[in-house]
Amino acid sequence: MTIDWNAFTPWSALAGGALIGLASALLLLANGRIAGISGILGGLLARQAGETSWRLAFTVGLLAIPSLWLLFAQLPPIHIEAGYPVLVAAGLLVGIGTRYGSGCTSGHGVCGLSRLSPRSLVATLCFMGAGFATVFAVRHLLGA
Amino acid sequence: MNKTTITAFAAGLVFGLGLLLSGMANPEKVLAFLDLAGNWDPSLALVMAGAIAVGLPVFTWAKGRQKSLLDEPLKIPTSNDIDRPLVVGSLLFGAGWGLAGFCPGPAVVATGAGELKAVVFTLAMLVGMTAFQALQRQPQPA
Repeated sequence: MTIDWNAFTPWSALAGGALIGLASALLLLANGRIAGISGILGGLLARQAGETSWRLAFTVGLLAIPSLWLLFAQLPPIHIEAGYPVLVAAGLLVGIGTRYGSGCTSGHGVCGLSRLSPRSLVATLCFMGAGFATVFAVRHLLGA
Repeated sequence: MNKTTITAFAAGLVFGLGLLLSGMANPEKVLAFLDLAGNWDPSLALVMAGAIAVGLPVFTWAKGRQKSLLDEPLKIPTSNDIDRPLVVGSLLFGAGWGLAGFCPGPAVVATGAGELKAVVFTLAMLVGMTAFQALQRQPQPA
């Protein structure tokens, strides 16, 4: 392992993380709900009565933030290396996996770990482990 | 529009702002974090650290409560079962995350930024969610 110090952005990472924690805290304190993005999207698709408007409003917020950011500054880079077939396969895996596993980086990784849930700790170790293993396989075994 | 819709919208905006600022919305940076054997960029570990540092006291405080500040029922998961769906689902999710560098939140934000590839990923993800939820609603074989 070599650490890429040139790419290391500790302050924006910490500040961005703090904002993510703040947003999760706001949704919990005001709405009494967990800010788990896969759960919010899955709930929207399932159209549960009485749970749609807050989920839709949260999702619209996520969709709207880049346009709002553009009013003040250029957007930070969004580089997507993967080709379309890989994106479709990855999207299907993420969609199925997050619903089967009841959460993703936000619901398990942020909210779950914040409430010290052993279930979320196991989930986070599993998806981080699988993420590390997949990148290792793609970049260093297959050499893509 | 009621208060809970407005607070949810505000939470979505702040959450998205955090994803953009931290670099989580950039798959290139996510994959550089997941590439332990390559030129490793440890930044995203600090995203989780920053989020939990803020979340921990708030979630701890909320544990004993029944209602939110806007008098909504506080819906905190109660299950403690470490079961097969949790493990297998999370492994599948991690594999998809490692292939594209997108998890659900950043994919939605990058879709909002008008990135065509993010739109394709997000649509595939929604198809996966819908398919899984449809299968789950099927009656179980006897």
